[in-house]
Amino acid sequence: MTVEFPALTLILIFPALGVLYNLFLGYRTGRGAVSFVGPAVMFVAFAVASWAFYEIMVMPPGSVLTYSVWGWIEAGNFHTSIGLRIDALSAVMTMIVTGVGALIHLYSVGYMAHDEDFARYFTYLNLFALSMLILVLADNLLLMFVGWEGVGLCSYLLIAFWYTNPQFAYNGRKAFIVNRIGDAGFLLGMFTLIWALSQHGAWSLDFLTLKARASDIASTTLVGTTAATVAALLLFLGATGKSAQIPLYVWLPDAMVGPTPVSALIHAATMVTAGVYMIARLNFLFVLAPAALMVVATIGAVTAFFAATIALVQPDIKKVLAYSTISQLGYMFLGVGSASFAAGIFHVMTHAFFKGLLFLCAGSVIHALEGEQDMNKMGALRTKLPITFWTMLIATLAISAVPPFSGYFSKDLILEAAYESGHTALWILGVITAGLTSFYMFRLIFMTFFGESRVDHEKEHHIHESPPSMAIPLIALAVLSSVGGWVGLPEGLAWGDAFARFLAPVVGDFKPLVVGNPAMLSLVATSLGGIGIIVAYLFYIRLPGLPVILAWRLKGAHQLLLNKWYIDELYNFFVTRPLFWFSNTILNRGVDHYAIDGAVNGAGLTVETTGEAVRRVESGNVQHYAFVYLLGVLGVVAYYIYLVIH
Amino acid sequence: MINFSQINLVWLPVLPLVVIATAAMVVLLVGVRVDDEESDGLGWLALASIVIALVLALGIFGQSGIAFAGAIAIDSFSAFFELSILIAAALTVLMSLDYADEHRLPGAEYYSLLLFSVLGMMLMATASDLIVIFIGLETMSLAVYVLAGLLRRDPRSSEAAIKYFLLGAFSTGFLLYGIALIYGATGTIKLVAIHAALTGPLLSNPLLLLGLGLMLIGFGFKVAAVPFHMWTPDVYEGAPTPITAFMAVGVKIAAFAGFLRVFMVQLGPASAAWTDVMWAISALTMTVGNMLAIVQSNIKRMLAYSAIAHAGYILVALTAGGPQAGGAILYYLLGYAFTNLGAFAVVVALERRGAAGDQIADYRGLATRQPLMAAAMAIFLLSLLGIPPLVGFVGKFYLFNAAVHRGFVGLVVIGVLNSAASAYYYLSVVVAMYMQEGGFLEETRRSRPALVAAIAIALIGTVLIGIYPEPYFTAAGNAYQSAMSPEEVHAATAMAP
Repeated sequence: MTVEFPALTLILIFPALGVLYNLFLGYRTGRGAVSFVGPAVMFVAFAVASWAFYEIMVMPPGSVLTYSVWGWIEAGNFHTSIGLRIDALSAVMTMIVTGVGALIHLYSVGYMAHDEDFARYFTYLNLFALSMLILVLADNLLLMFVGWEGVGLCSYLLIAFWYTNPQFAYNGRKAFIVNRIGDAGFLLGMFTLIWALSQHGAWSLDFLTLKARASDIASTTLVGTTAATVAALLLFLGATGKSAQIPLYVWLPDAMVGPTPVSALIHAATMVTAGVYMIARLNFLFVLAPAALMVVATIGAVTAFFAATIALVQPDIKKVLAYSTISQLGYMFLGVGSASFAAGIFHVMTHAFFKGLLFLCAGSVIHALEGEQDMNKMGALRTKLPITFWTMLIATLAISAVPPFSGYFSKDLILEAAYESGHTALWILGVITAGLTSFYMFRLIFMTFFGESRVDHEKEHHIHESPPSMAIPLIALAVLSSVGGWVGLPEGLAWGDAFARFLAPVVGDFKPLVVGNPAMLSLVATSLGGIGIIVAYLFYIRLPGLPVILAWRLKGAHQLLLNKWYIDELYNFFVTRPLFWFSNTILNRGVDHYAIDGAVNGAGLTVETTGEAVRRVESGNVQHYAFVYLLGVLGVVAYYIYLVIH
Repeated sequence: MINFSQINLVWLPVLPLVVIATAAMVVLLVGVRVDDEESDGLGWLALASIVIALVLALGIFGQSGIAFAGAIAIDSFSAFFELSILIAAALTVLMSLDYADEHRLPGAEYYSLLLFSVLGMMLMATASDLIVIFIGLETMSLAVYVLAGLLRRDPRSSEAAIKYFLLGAFSTGFLLYGIALIYGATGTIKLVAIHAALTGPLLSNPLLLLGLGLMLIGFGFKVAAVPFHMWTPDVYEGAPTPITAFMAVGVKIAAFAGFLRVFMVQLGPASAAWTDVMWAISALTMTVGNMLAIVQSNIKRMLAYSAIAHAGYILVALTAGGPQAGGAILYYLLGYAFTNLGAFAVVVALERRGAAGDQIADYRGLATRQPLMAAAMAIFLLSLLGIPPLVGFVGKFYLFNAAVHRGFVGLVVIGVLNSAASAYYYLSVVVAMYMQEGGFLEETRRSRPALVAAIAIALIGTVLIGIYPEPYFTAAGNAYQSAMSPEEVHAATAMAP
């Protein structure tokens, strides 16, 4: 059932109003007004999104709310419109983006209270949410790309928010450029789809058309394989950029220099989940490209493992969370790569809850310690920051997949899907990662909240719990992190996997290839998680000397992890420097300076000389004007006389 | 039951004209008793009449017929042009209100002449025989000649008026001679009848061809096509700036209305005879206009040459012909009205009597002094340059697209190259505003809400019609189609009382 639902535009209009207000009036009307408008527009958007969600819930399964705002591009046969669409998939995403987004906006009011660029901050934040909502609500790939680019731009603006620090500005640029590389893949993917469809007489990027024509795309051959595979791989390249997967994940850890609520927004509600959403949205395309799906699953599992190893040893609290995000995103790609799109999106949702919460808690800790991020200078904060401690513990239990917290259900589904689609090796990698995850997360908890206080002396007595505007979002997210996973219980238990059933009309059912025993699979993963927690306890509470000794003994491995596998250095050596050399020596000094500048200056000189010459005729003398006029007349008349004679 | 369609047929279509004509006379009569420094009231009166005419003109959309014994065409084509002209006139009045006070312009003359010229323009847009077109053209021109010279204390203004008048009279001669020759060849001045007569041997009749050529020259002068353009920069520079804006937009729209109806619609069957000449004029106009714009240092002269170049772009589509090109021209002119009037409105805002302010160098550092004004100017210039998603881009795209479809690839290549070259002079103003310092320090002055409103409206038009072109483009296409089928118009006439 498809229903016209004009109110969908409100979900975009309110954040857009927020952007305009904060941009043009924010500085004039002051902090109070901005701190009201910034979050308020998001809460209104959330209310409208809830209304739409409710409509979807009460309508028969597979129903869609649509609204076509206007026709956008007409170029030859190709046409596309600015159209919005809410089905089960985008309904869930919209709820996450507006709901978690609104909480982060609220939290920001307290966190950024002392920043002088308050209005600019909220302008960007609203724009970020707006872009993500465009991405999610788009009913065609091109409009989705508008949102896709929008979140890229906003991440750049917000990562480099404190732009007076050159390193921060540099990191902002890095995020932008790495994202652009992925975006190029997305664009090429779209071109491939347009080309493949045009071979069959269809000219559109609407998801409906793409779905209806998916088999046509899959039957078109291109570079030795099908157009579906090529397009899927190119689009996935885009996803690796936006969702921080190998090989384009390098921007995300550096993005931690932005204000902490921004990290929360990037990691929880917007941006990084875009890649997963895109693949789930195009599930019909990816299932027809098994090779591409295999790549997605493999990259996902490897990234999950790889990032988790780096997170084991990082001393910076936000860096740990950054790598944990990359790792968790790896899980999501493992899920969608195993053709269990519902599981991937389920993890997007639970991850939004607990990762948003983790970042906000980390922000609360950093806020209390006046900017300290090194966990070696924390410790024993449990009694001083009780709300932060308890909520962060809940989030940690959730990400460590301890039942019955939310992360358990989603991660379990992903690992089960990986096993049952025959990716045994990837399943093993995923299970090991589960152990690593609970280790590094509890390491974070123990180092921050337990043990001896290692806080700098002068900061010690400034420690304070956060204001209510920051505490309320913590508590709300803690509740969601605890119970949010219960919408997807294992089959046979109470209402079963309601989440997957809800999404099934859009993303299809998961069809297992190998039959596994869900209980056994779950037990293995959960036990490994438990072992991770115990090891962390031993290392950081019982035998605090042990990690130091171990790091010294395994110096090579420790250094490798601490330096993040030297990936940045490798990129620098093999990609950045050669590129820079080529750009500077060949393109800049050679082509630009001599060839292009020469040509442009030459052309400019020619035009100016000619212009000056012609200007002489423009003497101001009216007789001259009439004379030139007459020449024109003679020309025209001569032409017609010629025409008559011939 | 009364059949309104029969009653309305004669009066409704000319009601906008009647309103404007009445208002012009009222302003003139009332204005005699009003001091020059308090001419605002007259301006508002003029604006009110324009708005009423605008609403009435909306009613003409979708109608089809002929009134006054075939002298007036009632169709969406007229309506679209009347709307464009009235919008241009309304914006001109808005930007004149303060200007007229500050420059002590005689209000009665100023606003009544403005209305009379609007009347002439609308007459050109609705005319459907050659004599009415000529009357419209003269009504418009005579009023504008005087308007150009209204800054009586400024010798440049008087010079502009004299030059414009001399060359204008010169060119009117050609137009009238052309009309006479065409009458001689076809035996009629009715456009519909001319269209019907253009078959067989008549198409190579020397009288017709020469008449065609001379009319082309006459219209070419009014749209400032090269080589009939020489008056433009001097007149644009000397005239009061709101009048310059009005000439660059209103006169051009009206001239193209006549040009389009006569050449593309009615003389369409003889297109083989004028396509080549038009091709050459179009290429020349674009190239010379842009090349000379590059070397200007005065912003009004620069915009004058830019207006010449834009006439060249429109002539590309006119050369190509066909319904697609027709719709594109109508759309382009509507967008051009907003954009160009906006740019001139910013010039008006920064200009001071007797002081500097119209040199491009005076715009240096404007972005720090008046950020909103600079941003508006930048948007107008970018639209003129043709940057998406502004209306200038969409319009140019439609123009060139139509020409490519008719196979005029060479001309379009010239057009695109020219458009790229135009970046130099448009962006140099943007560069001056945003990246250079110094410039002309204008003293703080009282706020001028009417002028700001004009800029705001122009800005909204420039952005909105560009982002959301569909309805306007569809309306433009339909409007052109409505003038395309004289046979149908004929049929409608037969039914009328």
